Amino acid sequence: MMYRDLLCQEIQFKGHDGGECVAYYARPAGAGPFPGVAFIHHIPGWNEVCIETARRFAHHGYACITHNLYSRYGEGDADDIGARARAEGGVSDEQMLGDTGAAIAWLRARPEANGRIGIIGYCSGGRQAYLAGCRLPNIQAVVDCWGGRVIVKDSAALNARQPVAAIDYTKELAAPLLGIFGNDDKEPDAEQVNKTEAILKSLGKTCEFHRYDGAGHAFFDWSRVSYRPEQAMDAWKKIFAFYGKHLA
Amino acid sequence: MCSYITEKTAIFGSAKGRGGWMSVDTAVVYYDHPVHAQLDHALNIDIVNSRTRERVAIELSAASARELVARIQAALDSGEAIHLGSAQAGPRSGAPA
Repeated sequence: MMYRDLLCQEIQFKGHDGGECVAYYARPAGAGPFPGVAFIHHIPGWNEVCIETARRFAHHGYACITHNLYSRYGEGDADDIGARARAEGGVSDEQMLGDTGAAIAWLRARPEANGRIGIIGYCSGGRQAYLAGCRLPNIQAVVDCWGGRVIVKDSAALNARQPVAAIDYTKELAAPLLGIFGNDDKEPDAEQVNKTEAILKSLGKTCEFHRYDGAGHAFFDWSRVSYRPEQAMDAWKKIFAFYGKHLA
Repeated sequence: MCSYITEKTAIFGSAKGRGGWMSVDTAVVYYDHPVHAQLDHALNIDIVNSRTRERVAIELSAASARELVARIQAALDSGEAIHLGSAQAGPRSGAPA
């Protein structure tokens, strides 16, 4: 069922350490109850693609919040704010978990919410969704879209802001996980994807991985040369089927 | 890539941005997904005024970035040789004393 009548608004909530966090909330009109989705943006920033993604989820019957992890970096064009965040070292995992946990709490408290929450992210957001699935309580389904550095090849890449590889928290994952990957991607490459899946299975986690030929990184992004419509639309079907099963 | 890995250096000079000319003091360089250039990855340079946090952004293919590096070096070598004399030509950076 499609929901063409949507309610969309920009909202604010208290994030990590009480900091002001901006988010976009899109949901079908009506009383619900609707399953919830929290969408985590990619490193370039909280841009139009993120906002449209929230509306896509709403169109398919989900109450979706996408929160701006760069809310503390001031106002301006999303790409300028993204560059500013990058130049200043980026968002720490601790802040991301605080902001994401607060976004989920905001979503779960909505009267139209059914209380079940899925999390999803692209790119760095895929890694962050994986990490949130392991570290935050009461998440019912996790979707990692080509999250880079879930497995860290070189431990020198770990730092004070990202001190532990997400894969090392896998035993704490309580929700089923769907992985979407392009076989031409270099981060994560096929070896990293295979290893992640093997670790999940060895720990008895419920996971479903889909690998696409002819696609690399960011193949959902219709504004980029990386866009692969055939693979992207198939992967979207997988996501809606996965959330339909676990969030209804 | 999707990482926060960057190269960063202090610079001295000016750049023309959205509001006109401005002083700039920082350059941030990284090889990652571009915002506008239709490339999977690009060499991205942000020339920044850290006081106002305004930037001028450039996204280049790896090949054109390498060529630009070579042309900058060539321009510096020939320009300094002409304007300063070959004895004084050489690496220079930072604000004038």
